Amino acid sequence: MAEQSKVTFIITRQDGPESAPYEETFEIPYRQNMNVISGLMEIRQNPVNAKGEKTTPVMWDMNCLEEVCGACSMVINGTARQSCAALVDQLEQPIRLEPMSTFPVVRDLIVDRERMFDALKQVKAWIPIDGTHDLGPGPRMPENKRQWAYELSKCMTCGVCLEACPNVNDKSNFIGPAAISQARLFNAHPTGEMNASDRLNGLMEDGGIDGCGNSQNCVQVCPKGIPLTTSIAAMNRATNIQAFKNFFGSDSAL
Amino acid sequence: MAEQREFFYRRLHSFLGVVPIGIFLVQHLIVNHFAVYGEESFNQAAGFMGGLPFVLLLEIFVIYLPILFHAILGVYIVFTARNNVSRYGFFRNWMFKIQRITGIITLIFIVWHVFETRVQIGLGNAEANYTLMEGILTNPFMFWFYVIGVISTVFHFANGLWSFLVTWGITQSPKSQRISTYACIVVFFAVSYLGIRTLIRFAYGV
Ligand code: HEM
Ligand code: SF4
Ligand code: FES
Repeated sequence: MAEQSKVTFIITRQDGPESAPYEETFEIPYRQNMNVISGLMEIRQNPVNAKGEKTTPVMWDMNCLEEVCGACSMVINGTARQSCAALVDQLEQPIRLEPMSTFPVVRDLIVDRERMFDALKQVKAWIPIDGTHDLGPGPRMPENKRQWAYELSKCMTCGVCLEACPNVNDKSNFIGPAAISQARLFNAHPTGEMNASDRLNGLMEDGGIDGCGNSQNCVQVCPKGIPLTTSIAAMNRATNIQAFKNFFGSDSAL
Repeated sequence: MAEQREFFYRRLHSFLGVVPIGIFLVQHLIVNHFAVYGEESFNQAAGFMGGLPFVLLLEIFVIYLPILFHAILGVYIVFTARNNVSRYGFFRNWMFKIQRITGIITLIFIVWHVFETRVQIGLGNAEANYTLMEGILTNPFMFWFYVIGVISTVFHFANGLWSFLVTWGITQSPKSQRISTYACIVVFFAVSYLGIRTLIRFAYGV
């Protein structure tokens, strides 16, 4: 098809963290079964924009190329998603690429998702089993619980849910959906459960779970289909109970 | 341990939205609805409310302070959101945005309504009776101002009830959240009917 012979990309670029963003248009030859990343690779091979000017290659992040690492997330035609899983044939042209606005831009389409890793630290999203001696096997996990916990474990910290959330922005300190769901995942684990109150207290810290306003965009956009709003409601209940325990309860040293 | 103050304030904000503010709202509209049964009934019901023991204390602790807290933190919450329904036009995202818009409309409405009624009564310029509301609502502009104010407040309450159930971890599963959406729609229409029916009575005497 003649009109299919070219693919047009309009890319929001930025030379460095402090520089101003600008748009640049590229036209590249169409190939069958292209995805956005193969388009970006084409531009990298021959960094000439639509006006025929030679320019710097567009930078982006990627790793797995099969929608499991989350590194390649960007805003494609207005919605945040993984560029490796975005097929050119299914996109309206021109294809607009922007970096995710929730995160600081490093360069072009590369953003710094460090706040998501800080969030995981805030809720202690790991299981502390390191010791100097063999601790033996842990408790077993019921199969039905393992099944839903497996769904939560698919999170790849891609940031799409934070990008879609109206309450994650530079005016608010809301932790975002991903880490809340991870706290639920590790609290569901029979060994992780032993530190459940630490994670709940992390969620209750300033800039924690309380910033959620139930827009529920996260659950709609998560590429892994993680039941984020169920996790948030479950952690709402658990943190409320923890708050009462902290105040009235007797399970701490003092 | 880092501070957990925000968590406490946000939970308090959510709680106050229903207890006592939401309960007061429904009670207020039920009492006002006595107007539909005639001037006599309304004056009797309003007189009973106004004659409750310690009425000023009740008003301060059950109404003014909770609304003040909810409204001040509410305005802050409104301005910390970056609404994005143009990109993510899902039903709940619209509800999220409308919850914030109706919060602001409700604030304007309540300030005006309290000034025109309770403050004027307190200053001795008016009396809490049928005639006062009839005088206000027979003006078509004020009638429509009240219609918008009441619908906005009731929407904010009904949708807030839905979100309250999530904030307190009562509705967790998608199914329970869907059913509570339907229940809150019923609440919205039922309570709106109470309010609007009363306004029509005051404005048109029917
Ligand atoms: C009659 C007066 C009001 C009633 C009955 C009421 C009721 C409620 C309820 C029940 C909630 C749900 C709480 C939750 O999400 O857990 C809520 C949320 C909210 N209210 Fe109000 N409210 C009133 C007035 C106001 C005013 C004047 C404002 C100020 C602008 C306001 C701003 C908000 C905001 C921004 C939320 C969302 C909070 C969140 O999603 O985290 N409200 N309200
Ligand atoms: S929860 Fe889903 S959208 Fe959010 S970071 Fe994890 S994989 Fe991405
Ligand atoms: S490159 Fe890993 S998700 Fe796209």
